[in-house]
This record gives sequence, structure tokens and C-alpha cells, in this order.
Amino acid sequence: MKKKVLAMVLATAMVLGLTACGSAAAPAAEAPAAEAVEEAPAADTAEAPAAEAPAASGEAIKVGIINNDPNESGYRTANDKDLKATFSAENGYDAQFAYSLKNDEQIAAAQKFIQDGVDYLLLSAADTSGWDSVLKDAQDAGIQVILFDRTIDADPSLYAASIVSDMDKEGQTAVDWLAGQNLDEYNVIHIQGVMGSAAQKGRSGALDAKVAAEANWNIVKQQTAEWNAENAQQIVQSVIDAGTPFNVIYAENDDMAKGAVAALDAANISHGVGKDVIVMGFDCNKWALEELLAQNWNYDGQCNPFQSSYIDTVIKTLQSGGTIAEKTIIMDEKGFDASTITQADVDQYGI
Amino acid sequence: MDNNALLSLRGIYKSFPGVKALQNVDFTLRKGEIHALMGENGAGKSTLIKVLTGVYTKDEGEISLEGSDVIIRSPEDAQHAGISTVYQEITLCPNLSVAENMYIGRSDDVIQNWKAMNAGADKMLKSLDIPAKATQQLGSCSIAVQQMVAIARAVDMDCKVLILDEPTSSLDDNEVQKLFGLMRELKARGVGIIFVTHFLDQVYEVCDRITVLRDGKLVGEYEIKDLPRVQLVSKMLGKELDDLSDIKSETAGSSVDTSGEPVIEAEGLSSTEGIRPFDFNIHKGEVNGFTGLLGSGRSECVRAIFGADRVVSGTVKKNGKTIKINKPIDAMKNGIGYLPEDRKVDGIIGDLSVKENIILALQVMKGFFKPFTKAEANAFADEYIKALSIKTASADTPIKSLSGGNQQKCILARWLLTHPDYLILDEPTRGIDVGTKVDIQKLVLKLASEGMSITFISSETDEMLRTCSRLIVMRDRRVVGELKGEDLTQNKIMSTIAGGEA
Amino acid sequence: MSKIFKNQIFIPVAALLLLMLFNLVIDPSFFKISMGVNSAGNPVLSGYLITIINNGSELAILAIGMTLVTAASGGQDISVGAAIAIAGSTMLRVLCGTNTRPDTLSTPIFVAFIVGCLVAMAFGAFNGVLVSIFKIQPMVATLILYTAGRSIAAWINNNELPIISDPKFGYYGGFIPGIPIPTPFFIAMACVIIIFLVLKFTNLGLYTQAVGINESSSRLNGINPVFIKWLTFVILGACVAVAALIKVSRLSSINYSVIAKDIEMDAILAVALGGNALSGGKFNMAASIIGAFVIQTLTTTLFKYNVPSDALPAYKAIVVIALVVFSAPTFREAVSKFVKNIKGGKNKEVANV
Repeated sequence: MKKKVLAMVLATAMVLGLTACGSAAAPAAEAPAAEAVEEAPAADTAEAPAAEAPAASGEAIKVGIINNDPNESGYRTANDKDLKATFSAENGYDAQFAYSLKNDEQIAAAQKFIQDGVDYLLLSAADTSGWDSVLKDAQDAGIQVILFDRTIDADPSLYAASIVSDMDKEGQTAVDWLAGQNLDEYNVIHIQGVMGSAAQKGRSGALDAKVAAEANWNIVKQQTAEWNAENAQQIVQSVIDAGTPFNVIYAENDDMAKGAVAALDAANISHGVGKDVIVMGFDCNKWALEELLAQNWNYDGQCNPFQSSYIDTVIKTLQSGGTIAEKTIIMDEKGFDASTITQADVDQYGI
Repeated sequence: MDNNALLSLRGIYKSFPGVKALQNVDFTLRKGEIHALMGENGAGKSTLIKVLTGVYTKDEGEISLEGSDVIIRSPEDAQHAGISTVYQEITLCPNLSVAENMYIGRSDDVIQNWKAMNAGADKMLKSLDIPAKATQQLGSCSIAVQQMVAIARAVDMDCKVLILDEPTSSLDDNEVQKLFGLMRELKARGVGIIFVTHFLDQVYEVCDRITVLRDGKLVGEYEIKDLPRVQLVSKMLGKELDDLSDIKSETAGSSVDTSGEPVIEAEGLSSTEGIRPFDFNIHKGEVNGFTGLLGSGRSECVRAIFGADRVVSGTVKKNGKTIKINKPIDAMKNGIGYLPEDRKVDGIIGDLSVKENIILALQVMKGFFKPFTKAEANAFADEYIKALSIKTASADTPIKSLSGGNQQKCILARWLLTHPDYLILDEPTRGIDVGTKVDIQKLVLKLASEGMSITFISSETDEMLRTCSRLIVMRDRRVVGELKGEDLTQNKIMSTIAGGEA
Repeated sequence: MSKIFKNQIFIPVAALLLLMLFNLVIDPSFFKISMGVNSAGNPVLSGYLITIINNGSELAILAIGMTLVTAASGGQDISVGAAIAIAGSTMLRVLCGTNTRPDTLSTPIFVAFIVGCLVAMAFGAFNGVLVSIFKIQPMVATLILYTAGRSIAAWINNNELPIISDPKFGYYGGFIPGIPIPTPFFIAMACVIIIFLVLKFTNLGLYTQAVGINESSSRLNGINPVFIKWLTFVILGACVAVAALIKVSRLSSINYSVIAKDIEMDAILAVALGGNALSGGKFNMAASIIGAFVIQTLTTTLFKYNVPSDALPAYKAIVVIALVVFSAPTFREAVSKFVKNIKGGKNKEVANV
């Protein structure tokens, strides 16, 4: 049974592949997101011809996409937009979307997609656990699973690829940049995200390690603002009210950096390039990058939401019978410095 | 002192801030007797009962049961000691079955044997001749049966002392008789029953002994045969009583001119509460009344006039002019006041002060944007507290802490303050003491003599006879007759209510 | 003496004093207020106390509406946080027009506020209809908006992130040039004054309490309970709009998923802290408002001592427990007995009067 299905999928794929060669327009690169990662995709993946998109005339590839609620954050909004742009009918896809911040609802959606007989299941899981059985079902039905943005605690054999950000690396890049500023003393207000989240752990970890290692790095205040600007504002306000000196704000996302800056402005503490306080944020919101461009902030670390071109490449590879050499694909992520950022960067990387 | 004593209370004191509710009260209950606890509202009956059942803790005094001292700190203690109470308001759960209500909260076992319980309940109900089934939902039984179930529960718990606190207020005569039957049955079994009521007839029908309280103090304990009614009333009031006869003479003299235009006239009025369309009129200075058995539709009639229920047909005229009454405020603006039947549910606003309760109706009529000043409100409140001699610590006391009779006076004050042309009093004397009853009856006649039209409804026929010059008789939600003049006698009323010329 | 204890306002005031005392003992710098200049060159006051009156403003405003809703309906509106997101999103949408990052405002702030106000009141009216006409429990009825509100807020702006660059918009959540006291405090005080005038010059207080205590009886006294309940939800809607203006002005932007997060719980807590029965009926507005500032003082104090913000609810829970125990009749009885024992016979004489 399993074999039969697989054979059929392969057959369809081949037919599709053939027709694709004949088609003139394969506008795979039209999605704005694709540009953002122009230098990235093919490197880790196999030798598949990336341009081979299925033709509009042929049967579309059915994908079921399970994502978190796009309203959750700017990151998720950009991520969802990017996915929608890539997995469009023009690009030869028949995509269905399901959104939930709850694992059980996501699992139910996955089961529905399996019943609908999608070819690929794309998943950004709300929780890391609980996915084994449903992914086995998918495997039994011959459906390939591709994880994006978030990994899960399941046997790697259950999914074809996992496209993720390396939060530790994001944190390390930021801390390295900060170390490169060569301050005499680092008095850091460290505003953390929701405790225990992958982003928080990665971004806090690098800083904690550095502070522990270096004598002239101190944490003035380390508190979670739960990604919330208002809480961040109150935290920084509290430090200002207490009169403790500080010269770095290390906020684990842009919103919190913004809240922190609002508190600085109210107290007339200068911040930005060449000023009293260094402001660091993450996620590369467009407005945040604009703050960098205006030199009000100093650094913004990217958390790349544009996984769709990577996924697209993986699907193309699998469709053409290729294999994925490395299951975990780490996306390229940058860190922007206010002194070097350009308008072009803002336009390209801002989410 | 008394070898037969089942329960004895000695030297009980209890005070609340501002009030000495009980002072040196003694009370003795013997085996197999029905003992009436009498007194005006605020005399301390309720407090005494609550001390006995552990709702309140006494300040001083001793309680002994079957010769040995007991300490009662909570209702559970009372229950364990064998003292059970059935209140006027049903305190059971209407949405549970009869059996569940009988056994709820009595067993410490986690697992309940429902089958055995239902069987036990049925047996008990049968032995007490209570017309209910164990598995029946309690709420589907009549109030009387619910009360009997509450009693059955108490009996099943082997209670030695059964306290019945105003059990008959919401029962009709038939049901009262059934309840009395049950009480006599229990008496024969040796249970001591404390019976709290306002109905003198009932006391003389069923009780063996009477203890009278007044102002938190013991007046005395009497054998029923040694204490004629008039004596009892005068003991309760603390004065010799000619008031009742006064009223009678006043009524005799009152005559109303019914030739002119009626103040309020209704034609073909009916409401969603299922009363048959009825006609009604009342003249200036007239006191009339609706009579009939409970559930005959007397309250529904006056509620329709006041717009309390949704009116579905009929017209109402005031002084000959048609008026539109869709909701209470319309009636109020047309000079109609309504003192509702159920004081607790429809009358008082418990947590608000006496003052706020008194000014409420007038305030609503005056308008949302025109609140009375503090001085005005105080003046109104003080005026009526004095005029109706409402017993309250102050005008700012929450009304719920007043005794029933005084609450009723506040509601009465509320409507008098609006100076209505037509005032409806639905059971104004229910559940209140004799003294206040007399006050209210007198007040009704005084107001009528000043030109107010009043409709007076009461379950006590003699009260109606004393005050009303015309009675509208109802049966099964329709008006079946109107009595006035010489027809106003107990017999005539009874026969009209019963219907079918016998 | 016992009169003071019995007064409802005693609880929040005592809680406030207790918190202040704690801070005074641990670190008197809590009370330091200094005059500085903000980055726009305007004089501003700063210090923990200023932070409290600043950040407590929204809560105080919401406590006003929540008190009325609680009194009339005997339940609470748990959708105020989501409603703030909607109202704030609406205001930004109106201010921005089609461009999410406008250089100039497309409409005056006043107009945007009015529109936001109408939207918030409309949602309040929706909740009110569910509660008053359909007799749905307030918490259940408002659960709908609680769940859907933030998505609606995101939808209003097409899920984009409007940012207002005009500094004037920042005045409402910050400082007006030349005035060193934070504007939100003025707005909150204005709301407080308005509600006290309303309570003084209308019968809102009497009606809501009457309806909350005994609906049936209120109706028979000519009050329209359905309308009164509905009205309280609409008033809460107006409070929500004012709070939303402050919230979005603070950052000149909005984050749909976290703006005013869990503020409903704080608002309800403020009402409870004010000694008001959450089952409705009598209320004391001043006590609720002080309750709001007590909560903010607690929050600020906890921030000062480095308590992580995700642990704040746990501390608030402790306060709630203490509060519930303190206001429980059994506890009060025990205390009054204790006091009686100390004072001996004195109390008895008082009782005799």
C-alpha cells in the first residue's frame, strides 16, 4: 500500500517535472521573500534544479500549511505573507492554511490535511511534543513533512526537512557585535522575552555566558517583559528611578527595545550611535531598522521569517526525486549595525 | 425544674451592635409538645431560634438537651444534637430529587447507595403521609410538600427538637391542615416542636403551650387553655388592646361616594400571567380588595393594573381618561403605587439603606438627572421613619437588617412618599407582627379618609373585612363575584370563593 | 474607631499605606521625585511615585467602568484588554489613513479618539446586549470578545503595524511640553472627576446598585434594569477608549497581541481591592480607584525589586488571598472580638445605644 502511493506520487512528480520543462513562465522568483535569501538556499540542499517549478497547466502540488496565528507578532505576519506569496496557484501550488497557537488544534488540522490527501505538510508547531503519531500517519499516507521555524521532539525520520533559525547563533552574533564596541565597562539592562521560549533561551544564553566570563560586563537588571513594550518601559523606568547607571539595553525583541527607548526619552537619556546608551533589538521589524537608519538604535539582530524559498527548494528537490542531504537547514541570519545599515537593507530585510 | 423537659435554655443573652436582641431569656420545651414562640417582629424570636440552631453564638446563657448541657457553635452542631429547623423559605435544592434533598450532606461516605436511599425516602414519605415520590424533582412539588419534605428530612435525622419557623405563611388552608396533621403525628412520636408563626388561629388550633417574647425579653410561658387570644395579643404588644375594636367602629362609619367617575377603571385587562380579562374600578377614597385562594390570580390582577407583568389586552382609564401602562414607571407617573406581595423578592433592595429604599420610587419618578440632595433625602426618610414609627438604628442602616414588619413599613413609606392617588397593597401584613398589622390597617383607613383609593389584598379574611368596603372575589384566575355592604361576611366570602350555590 | 475599620475605603487605603510603609522601610529613595528634562527638552518629573500615578492611570480609568458593570450585572467584563486593542487599533487606523507610517496625521487626534470611542462603546453595547437582554453571564458573554478582540484589532489595520511619528500624539501617554506631570494622570483625574460629577448629579449610582441588588424590585420601582445594565457596559466602553488612547500614545504604536494584556484581571482586582462585592450591588467608586493605584504601586514595587513580570500574577494572587481573608466576615468577627477583649467592657456600651 505504502509503496503504491509512493509510486503514484513519484509518477505524478515526474509528469509534472516533464511538463514543467516545456512551460515558459515559472515565476518562482517573483515573491518578494525569495530575494531576501538569494544567497542562501541551494547550498545545503541537494543537486536539484531549483528553477524547475511545476507548470500552471499541470496538476498543482497540494500543500497543507499549519502555522501559528499571524496576529501573534510582526514576525509571524511576515512569515505568513511570505508563505502565501510563495505557495500560490501561479507558482503551481494548491495550498491550504490552518492557524492555531494550540498544539491540539494544530494536530487536528494536520489530521484533516492528511485525510484531504495533501502532498506536503508544512508545519510550524506550537509545542515541541505530541507530534509522533500524527506524523507517522502522514508517513503512512506517503505525505512528506517539512518543519519550518520550529523544531519538534520527534524522530528525524518522520520529517523530510526542518528549516529553522539558530537562536543561539543570533544571540552570539549580537553579543559578538556588542563586544566589538570595545566599551570600558558594560552595564547592561537585559530585557528578556517570555521565559523558556527558544528565542529567549538563545538570545539570553550568549549574553549570560559573556557576562559570566568578562569582569567588565555587568547585568544591571535582568527581567522578562514577556515581549511586551509596556512592561519593558516599566522595567527601564524602574532602573532609571533607582538611579543605577547603565549603558546598554539588550532587548530580546524590537517591541521591548521600543518600550525601553520610550523610558529613556522620558528621562532624557541619549541613546543610539555615539550616545550614552547602546540600544539593541531583535527581529528586524521595518520600523526598527528605520530607527537604526536614524541612528537612534545601534543594533538589530535578524530572525529570518522567510523560510518559504527554502521550503520551495526542498519540495522541488523531492519532486524531482532528489534527496535532502542535511535534514536541518539553518537559515542565514544577519545582524545590522546602525553605522553601516542602508535604506536598501531596510527595504529588503524589514518585516 | 421540669422533669419532662427536653430542651431548656437558661439566661440567654445576645447583642448586636446597637441592639440587645436577647436579654435573660428562658425557654423550655417538653417531649411531645407543640410549643408556640410568639412575639412581635423584633421581639427576639428569630434571634432565639438562630442561637438555638448555631447560626449565632450566644453571648451568655446555657442550653441543655435532655438534661445535659450542650454547646452549639454551628448548624452542624445543632443537627448532631438533634435540633432541626424548617424555615419559611425553603432552604433545600429545588433542582435535586426529593430523596437527594433528604439525604444531602448527611453522610460522610464517598459512595452513596442511591437505591437504598430512594427506598428509605419513600418509606419515610409514606409513613408521614407526604404526597411525594423519592425520585421526583423537589422543585416540581408544591411549596407545602417541599416544606413537608424538609420536615421529613429532619425526622429522618432522628431529630428530637423540630423548629418550624413561619412554615405556614405561603400555604393555603388545605395545605396548612396537612402540615398540622404531620405535626401532630410527630408530636405523638415524642418530638418536641417549636412553632413560630404570626397566625393566632393556627396557634390555638395546634399548640399546647405558648412562650411570649417582647423586646428581647421573656414575657412568660403559658398553657394554651390559660391564655385567651386577647390576652395573648396584649402580652405581645405589652398593652391592653382596644385597637382592634377601634378599627371596626371606624369601618362602620366609612361610606364612600361611588356615584362619580372612578379614579381608576380597567376594562378587559389581562396579562401574560394567564388571568382572564377582568373589569375593575375604584373610586376616590374607596378601599376595595381582591380575595380568593392562593393562586386564584389576585396578585396577577393588581400586577396587570400596575404594569408589573406584560399586559396583553384591555384599557385602563384614570379619571375617565385612557392611560397607557406598559411598565411600572407608566403606572407610577399616573399616580399608582404598588406594594408587592413578596417583600423580599420584589420589595426591598436589601443592601441599600432604609433611606434609599424609602426615596427610591419618588426618585425614579423625579428622573435620572435629578437626584435628591442629601438634605432632601434625609428629610423624607426621617419624616416617614417617624410617621410610621419604623424601628431602625438610623436612616442609613441597610434595610435587610430590619425586622420584617419594619421592612414592610419602609416599602409602605416608599409609596406614600410618592403621594399616589391609587395605592395597591398586596399582602402588606403577611409575615409581620400583630402590632404592625393593626398599624397598617389603621393607616389604610386613614389614607382612604384623606381621599386616597386603596386596593388591599390579604390572605386573612377578617383583615379584609375590617378594611375593605368592597371585595372582588377570584377563583381559578377569573373574577367570580363582587361583594359589598351586607354581603361582606366570612360566610358569604367563603361560599363565593367555593362557588356553586351549595 | 470601629467605624473607620468598617468603612469600605479602609481596605484599599490600608493596603496602599502598607505598601508605602514597606517601601519606606526598605528603601526611602522610593519616594524621591526629581525634576529633569526629557529628550524633547521639556521639563518632566520622575521617580517611582510619578511612575505609579503615570502607569496606574489606565487602570484607574478602567476601574471606574468595571465597578459600574460589576455593581449592575453582578459579573465582570473580561474583554477590556481585547477591547483596548480594538479601540487603539481603530484610532491608529483613523490617524494613519491608508499609509501605515504617515509623516502627517490624516485626521485630527480628536476625531480619531471619537471614532475609537464610538467603536469601543459599540463593542461595550454588544456585550451589554448579551448580558442584559439575553441574560448571559457577563464573564461568558465577554469571553466572546476576549477571544476574538485581538484578531479584530489586527484585522482593522490589515495586520500591519502603524507608527505615528507626530510627537503631538505622544502627549497623551507622555508629557505635554511645559508640564512636568505625566498627561495620563490628568486624563485619569478628569475621568475620576467626571464620574464623581455623574454620580452626584444623576441617579446612576442608586440605579446600578438597586439593579445589582434586586433586579425584580428595581423594575417594580420604575427602573429599567435591562437598560441600566446595558448602560454600564457602554460606559465601560468609553473608559476602554480613553485607556486605549493612553496606551497607544505611550508608544505611538500598537502590538495587537500584547497591548493591555491581562489588564482586565487588574481592573477586576482593583474593584475587589476596593472592597466591592464581585457579585454586584453596593459599590464604592473611590475605593475602586484607590484600588487601581494600589495595584500599580504593587507592580512598581515588584519591578523595583527585580521580580520578573511573569511572576507578578503570583504576587497579585497573594494580595487577593490576603484581601479575601481580610474582608471575610469570619475574620472580621475574630478581629472585632480580639479588639473587644482588649478594650474590655467599653464596646458593650457602644452596643447599647
